[in-house]
Amino acid sequence: MMSKSDGDICFGNPTELHGTKAQIPNVATEKNTFTRLDDEDKQEAQSPTMSPLASPPSSPPHYQRVPLIHGYSKLRSSTEQMHPAPYEARQPLVQSEGPSSGGPGAKAPRHQASLIRSFSVEREAQDSNSNYPDEPWRITEEQREYYVNQFRSLQPDPSSFISGSVAKNFFTKSKLSIPELSYIWELSDADCDGALTLPEFCAAFHLIVARKNGYPLPESLPPTLQPDYLQAAFPKPKWECALFDSYSESMPASQQARDSNRMEATIKDAAADFPAPTQATTGDDSQALKSTADEALPKDMSKDPAIPKDSSSLKARPRSRSYSSTSIEEAMKRGEDPPTPPPRPQKTHSRASSLDLNKVFQPSVPATKSGLLPPPPALPPRPCASQSEQALDAESHPQLSRAPSQAAESSPTKKDTHAQPPLKPIRRKFRTENQATENQEPSATVGGPSSAATAKAHPTVQKQSSKQKKAIQTAIRKNKEANAVLARLNSELQQQLKEVHQERIALENQLEQLRPVTVL
Amino acid sequence: MAVCVAVIAKENYPLYIRSVPTESELKFHYMVHTSLDVVDEKISAMGKALVDQRELYLGLLYPTEDYKVYGYVTNSKVKFVMVVDSSNTALRDNEIRSMFRKLHNSYTDVMCNPFYNPGDRIQSRAFDSMVTTMMIQVC
Repeated sequence: MMSKSDGDICFGNPTELHGTKAQIPNVATEKNTFTRLDDEDKQEAQSPTMSPLASPPSSPPHYQRVPLIHGYSKLRSSTEQMHPAPYEARQPLVQSEGPSSGGPGAKAPRHQASLIRSFSVEREAQDSNSNYPDEPWRITEEQREYYVNQFRSLQPDPSSFISGSVAKNFFTKSKLSIPELSYIWELSDADCDGALTLPEFCAAFHLIVARKNGYPLPESLPPTLQPDYLQAAFPKPKWECALFDSYSESMPASQQARDSNRMEATIKDAAADFPAPTQATTGDDSQALKSTADEALPKDMSKDPAIPKDSSSLKARPRSRSYSSTSIEEAMKRGEDPPTPPPRPQKTHSRASSLDLNKVFQPSVPATKSGLLPPPPALPPRPCASQSEQALDAESHPQLSRAPSQAAESSPTKKDTHAQPPLKPIRRKFRTENQATENQEPSATVGGPSSAATAKAHPTVQKQSSKQKKAIQTAIRKNKEANAVLARLNSELQQQLKEVHQERIALENQLEQLRPVTVL
Repeated sequence: MAVCVAVIAKENYPLYIRSVPTESELKFHYMVHTSLDVVDEKISAMGKALVDQRELYLGLLYPTEDYKVYGYVTNSKVKFVMVVDSSNTALRDNEIRSMFRKLHNSYTDVMCNPFYNPGDRIQSRAFDSMVTTMMIQVC
């Protein structure tokens, strides 16, 4: 018998929330138990319009009356949603106080309470953990692991986004009402980009769990659920959590110090691939790509490379609508790393697709990430991303004009891919970390030497890089040849144009001379 | 200070309308409704060829003795209508433009929410709070 007052259950009507614990129950049972909540959810769904969200002016009072600290006490208070009872903030599992509620929905609350109690697998244990006023909003380790696993089931790359539609389908399974889910999304999607990063996802998931257990939704995102906090608070030794380590530390130097040799080699590969997909997808829009990538990359280098950090920095930025494009680019880059890259236009980047990204990235993802940081933004006009030592030798061969003739000889020089200047600068940025000195020369083959030297330290990586080198070299050679041909064609056409111009001028002169004759 | 803010969908039904809860709000609803004609007139006057160049801010739609009505239309034909107290002469055009820009930004945030179906009534808290600040800010 869900009366109208139960409509407020959505947001913490105390009458319904008895027996809830002081801490959010272990999430592991949450999703499984979602189905069990069908009854009450249906009831809740019946009254979506009654939710405080429905009438904007009246919504705030509900929330204002429910400060988090009193969340528990409200659950037990028998008063209507008006005033939080001054109970102690936390009590361990309390039996259903249905009768004491006195609310109209006594039956339903008790029913719900029994269901809710079934979730309280580890509440007592968690109670001891939480002695803070915002305890329902703290994510425990088990919960976080569960959230991360769920995230990975939706999106294999923990550093990438979950799109809005995917998240919507997933959260709809929780059987919360759409207005509630909409509100939870509003709270958790801090940068309002329509996608959820891992911390945002964890926050949203946690809010859903809290809501399922009867906690009223907060008016604003609690500090313990903010993306920045979540990133910093849960460094884990796992692979995906190593990402968070790198994010939270925001110290590229520390990243490099960890695994400098291996990292640099993998950074190269990673670096090559980061810009490659970006370049490939936006090959036409070279200038835009360059500008946005340049903007994005220095940001990466200066700050954490993690997307969550990007999203937080995006948040911090004035809300220009352009940030979504940058984040999309970041997502593109990140999203393509561990899984095989999506098929790309073949024109210039076949070599990128030939790289085995999985091999490159799985061994050292943190290294990969930090690899984005070190390269200085200095950009020679002719970037070169060569990992081969031959590049060193070939550095002596400079110019594009000679590239055709030299194309065959010095394949490493092809690395001077002037053919794709808008694309290569980004690529080169990553290489330049080891090629700072050579950056100044247009044709300098950057990064070959030092990176190769460091690559030697790890034979396996070296093998990968040599394979990639060859692939890169062949592709570069082809591109250089094509470039040379086109350049020659261009010059010939220019010549013809000049000749035609001259002819035209001559003809016009003749015409002028002849005209007076005809007039007369 | 805006006394009434309304978001009208492409099909000319309100997605969101909120007034200062003083007088008969019905009057503001009526003003918004009548302003839709003016908005359509302004949009059609630009012609289809100029859709790209058409400015989103429509400016003063029409003044009444007590109020002025300003309009703004997005590229997806969602209209924002704002009724402003005429006695508030300090409000300049730039301020109105900035208010509309904020409205537009908040509206896009609402759209970014995957749980929001375009055409639904807007029930976003953030949007509400932004409109509240707009109604209170300039006095």
